[in-house]
Amino acid sequence: MILKPVIQDIKIIGFYLGKILLGLALTMVIPILAGVFFKEINPAIDFIIGIEISVLLGMLLIKICHTDRDLNWMQGMIVVSLSWLFAMVLGAIPLYLSGHWKSFLDACFDSMSGFATTGLILVQNLDHMSYTHNLWRHLIMFLGGQGIMVIALSFFMRGFSGAFKIYVGEGRDEKIMPNVIHTSRFIWLVSIVYLILGTLALGITGIFNGMRPVNSFFHGVCIFMAAFDTGGFSPQSQSILYYHSRVYEIITVVFMVLGALNFKLHYHLWTGNRKEIFKNIETTTFFVTVTVIFCIVAVGLLRIGSYPSELLLFSKGFYQLISAHTTAGFQTIHPQQFLNDWNPLALTGIIMAMALGGAVCSTTGAIKMLRIGIIGKAIKEDVKRIIMPGRAIIMEKLHHINEVFLEDKIVRGALIITLFYILLYGFGALIGMFYGNPFLESLFESTSAAANVGLSCGITSAAMPTVLKITYIFQMWTGRLEFMSVFTILGLLYAAIKGK
Amino acid sequence: MKNSLKLILIIPFFVFNFCSRVFSQSINSIDLIKNSGQYDGKLIVYSGEVIGDVMNRGNFAWVNINDGDNAIGIWMSINLAKEIKITGSYKSRGDILEVTGIFHRACAEHGGDLDIHAQGIRKVSSGRIINHRLNIEKKNQSLILLLIICLTWILTLFKKR
Repeated sequence: MILKPVIQDIKIIGFYLGKILLGLALTMVIPILAGVFFKEINPAIDFIIGIEISVLLGMLLIKICHTDRDLNWMQGMIVVSLSWLFAMVLGAIPLYLSGHWKSFLDACFDSMSGFATTGLILVQNLDHMSYTHNLWRHLIMFLGGQGIMVIALSFFMRGFSGAFKIYVGEGRDEKIMPNVIHTSRFIWLVSIVYLILGTLALGITGIFNGMRPVNSFFHGVCIFMAAFDTGGFSPQSQSILYYHSRVYEIITVVFMVLGALNFKLHYHLWTGNRKEIFKNIETTTFFVTVTVIFCIVAVGLLRIGSYPSELLLFSKGFYQLISAHTTAGFQTIHPQQFLNDWNPLALTGIIMAMALGGAVCSTTGAIKMLRIGIIGKAIKEDVKRIIMPGRAIIMEKLHHINEVFLEDKIVRGALIITLFYILLYGFGALIGMFYGNPFLESLFESTSAAANVGLSCGITSAAMPTVLKITYIFQMWTGRLEFMSVFTILGLLYAAIKGK
Repeated sequence: MKNSLKLILIIPFFVFNFCSRVFSQSINSIDLIKNSGQYDGKLIVYSGEVIGDVMNRGNFAWVNINDGDNAIGIWMSINLAKEIKITGSYKSRGDILEVTGIFHRACAEHGGDLDIHAQGIRKVSSGRIINHRLNIEKKNQSLILLLIICLTWILTLFKKR
């Protein structure tokens, strides 16, 4: 029997949602400080308005729904999925007030794209955007990459037993440390250390590239946040092409790959267990898929003769591939060049890379390496069963921090999520084709949105139909949360109608 | 025989010259990127606003020029780059330049980037600094919201008692 949600459920959800909105409001202080530093008064006011609306909403929710009760699984999942929707709307307010977006929906699109670390954009006249708004665009990637719940758990919530529920609801089911709050803080520690290193590396490179020091470090911090959080926004409209620098490209590749690694793996590397990187199923699968897909992309580019030498082919092909595979979405070619200079084979390679993604418990989206590795192992086990004698006992193992026996329930879990992702990629592609876009382009853009990549072959623009914008927002949201939290909302709606 | 030889030498010259003239019309970035194969290695004219930093690299500099649709990197000598006084950003509109140069679909010298190697530039118009005045409407909205927050907070205090 399905139970109808009661008022107490709504109150608990509202109370925790209110707390998270207050936390979100606090993060808007950072762009205000930037606004004061760069003497950009109107942009700073946009964020004051954003904070005020967030505080008002958060305060009302906390006061109206005040409760001492803890979250159960259903409530935790709904808090997570609603928090992301509220974050999208509230994060879009200062963006829309800047006047760089044609509609509030467009601002919501970019806001969700930022929080979900996708990188698809509808912004207009980006090259004339204020530092304040530009910082916010990248900051929401940094916050979304670590996870909105991880922020709340790290800084705003102390010792409540529902913590694990909202942590899991955000598409992360691996605890690095026994306590989920300590896990969240470790994720922040890793990110802050890399933030300092990344900003320094990119900032100094920028100065050597001829940029003004202030611009250089501003771009450094923005590009780092977008690279490590595999987001793909950039302060200028040309993405990484703006910098005309191979060194800059190499540094971004390093941080994209670091961002695509499991935070648990970071922990083991930091604590001296460096051999783990060579044994872990995620890193070995990543190496294999990058190698295989690069061969596909390279053959495609060689056949069409897009680049005059092998070195240039490697430079362009490998960068777009790593950007796609880590789900970052930086580009060193113009979006339209995917269609003009790349053939369908190379484009298919990039779609495959986008669909696979990086590690679980990382900042990446998509199916993820652990699941691909598990499915690969399961296929290997089944092939062994066919070729080995009937009496043979076959047990496949996988190494993911520890040695784990490949059980059916692990394979089932991996296959279900993989299936949902494939359906999500297909759903967006169908909507894209409904509006007259060719199959490959529709699949490219849909996969990019659902896998939170951000590479574009030109479909995503402010001129695209409203339904397509909403479809991509839904894909970014669902893909980032890995379905379960979103399905719980649908379940709640069903229970509200059919429940007793 | 001599006349025929002259004709053979002269015809390609005129054909080449004609092609150069065709592309000497200002071409927009959408056309350049879409038909990059057609323009590859050709002398073209491209115009737009200088945005971001002028990035000096030895005797040359990278300048990014946005024509309203896309920005394209222009590789030019430092002497040409010196003519640029204002670049586009939040606080300024950059100089509008007309660049004459060789277009590369995948430049062998610059890692396969789509770029233009400038041979000459002409400043169509000078950039200007933009003074952003305080937006009174936004200021008032923020004050009203602040008032609402304070009232709500006071009301919740009463409710508690």
